[in-house]
Amino acid sequence: MSRLARRLVLLGPGLGWWLVFLALPLMVVLAYSFFRRGTYGGVVFDFTLDNYVRALDPLYLGVLGFSLRIAVITTAVALLIGYPAAYFIATRPRRWRTPLLVLIILPFWTSFLIRTYAWMVLLNREGLINRPLLALGIIDEPLPLLYNEFAIVIGLVYGYLPLMILPLYAAIERLNPELREAATNLGARPIKVFFTVTVPLTLTGIAAGCIFVFVPSLGNFIVPDLLGGGRSIMVGNLIQSQFLKARDWPFGATLALALITLMMVLLVVQARIINRDRPVSADAG
Amino acid sequence: MEAHRELIRIEGVTKRFGHLVAVDTVSTTIRENEFFALLGPSGCGKTTLLRLLAGFEAPDAGRLLLDGRDLVGMRPYRRPLNMMFQSYALFPHMTVFDNIAYGLRQERTGRDEIERRVNEVLALVQLGGFGRRRPHQLSGGERQRVALARALVKRPQVLLLDEPLAALDRKLRVEMQLELKRLQHTVGITFLIVTHDQEEALVMADRVAVMDRGRILQVASPDELYEAPGSRFVASFIGESNIFAGRLRIAGDAVTLVGERGTWHVAPAAPGHAGLADGAAAAIVVRPERLRLAPAGARASLEDPGAGGGLVNRVDGVLSDVAYLGSTRKYVVELRDGTRALARVQVGQRGDDLAPGTPVGATWAVEHGVLIADETASPASPGA
Repeated sequence: MSRLARRLVLLGPGLGWWLVFLALPLMVVLAYSFFRRGTYGGVVFDFTLDNYVRALDPLYLGVLGFSLRIAVITTAVALLIGYPAAYFIATRPRRWRTPLLVLIILPFWTSFLIRTYAWMVLLNREGLINRPLLALGIIDEPLPLLYNEFAIVIGLVYGYLPLMILPLYAAIERLNPELREAATNLGARPIKVFFTVTVPLTLTGIAAGCIFVFVPSLGNFIVPDLLGGGRSIMVGNLIQSQFLKARDWPFGATLALALITLMMVLLVVQARIINRDRPVSADAG
Repeated sequence: MEAHRELIRIEGVTKRFGHLVAVDTVSTTIRENEFFALLGPSGCGKTTLLRLLAGFEAPDAGRLLLDGRDLVGMRPYRRPLNMMFQSYALFPHMTVFDNIAYGLRQERTGRDEIERRVNEVLALVQLGGFGRRRPHQLSGGERQRVALARALVKRPQVLLLDEPLAALDRKLRVEMQLELKRLQHTVGITFLIVTHDQEEALVMADRVAVMDRGRILQVASPDELYEAPGSRFVASFIGESNIFAGRLRIAGDAVTLVGERGTWHVAPAAPGHAGLADGAAAAIVVRPERLRLAPAGARASLEDPGAGGGLVNRVDGVLSDVAYLGSTRKYVVELRDGTRALARVQVGQRGDDLAPGTPVGATWAVEHGVLIADETASPASPGA
């Protein structure tokens, strides 16, 4: 078998999957974005740029801006919670690490939808947080925990935190602990060691974790729908409603493409930042 | 080295990891400006002792004093000891210059001062002009010297070196042994080195502490360790040796060792003799170069082992192997009970003309046999 043939055999399944389930649908989406919506839904094959013009309407740009804001806050909160957790796990004795990681991943075994519903039970005006607080007289009025930005961020952080912790754990665990000891030995206080050695050397993990949380947060529509109470609509909700409620597939396709494009740009930027400075893996001995 | 004052005092220090006692009530002192080596097989606790001094571990018992100050309560980043790690632990995201400057920046040294001192220490380790490189662009030997420079630049009271030469190839290692010794004289800092390589310890150190299973067995100068090992472990760990075990018999002035392989005279002044009582498990250590070989029948040469003309001990066997080592030849003698004896003879000297298969007598002058306690003998089976 020639080298080319062998490569095709190895690449075949992946390439086939990618073509059928990713490339082709994306082409369809791309094509639809240039067509017109039929009066009763469906697509009229009639070339137009109207969908793109409409997408630039301040109304929709506002939705995109709000989505970006939520995704950025979610990513930042997930990083602030995830880094200490990952650091803690990575610095435990070896035999504790796997059980701890399993605990982190455990929620993934239930449906995302059910976990999001669980948060409604917790954050409700009559929920598990407000009721005891009211009963104890700590608050007079129920706290407005549900159906706002706060609730969306909570739901997204909760849902995607493992995606932050896992790459961070991998990066921190790979770090030679003698590097931290060397910094300490040279007179750096713990906080200084953290910011001059640990953080710079785990940037790859930080970037990966942030992308893993940011991307699905940006496009998520379940959490804003359930916890945001429809008042705070994100781009994911918008796309979903274009396809399922307004039955405007061409405009939904345009919005979806805009979202994908935005994510791709961000991924390229991220890759640039990582590649600029990667001495660890460049080490050839 | 003149008699320097004591700099480090280790008092009854114990460190456990779970059930394992890594360091077991160790006490010793290290003098100012000394090149001190902790030598032992892997797992003997030598690195743990170093890490206790650096503050990466806390002792379960005992005290660590530096210049009279208790180190145990002192934060690791405040201790005036710098360490060179076995992995070198260079910061991969920093240049050579920034690696070395890291320690100085922690104490808010001025920019010009940092520049001057980093360049000074780079010149000292012969890496002038390497400041802008990254660690991954350096060879193993260069990295080793950057690690050394980084640990030296803060002028610590003590430099801790954890297996500093282990990652180098043999030729470079031998060069660096002398280089490190020269450097220690130049900078006048106390060096505390951890190594499993006896040659390294003997070549570099002023004094060596031999460790095994968490304990220090003997602290002595290299020649003393070699000539007068204090225990069977030290004798077999440092250099090659012939060990003849038995029970000590003291009858007035006549001291002998009675073993399964024979009875041997013990020199009256043999070091360690004083500590051993009649009937104690003991052994005689004879270094290979002290053993004389002669064909089994040649009685005359056996009576006269060389200088002195005093008492001589003898074991008989058959020469089984000869190995040429350059200036000396190593002879392996298969003794009658199946054990072996090693003799090292200068090429061309008397005794260097024997062929394998020759029945030989191996002799040593009594004063060349070092009497030691045999800590490996079980008390239940005397003479074993």
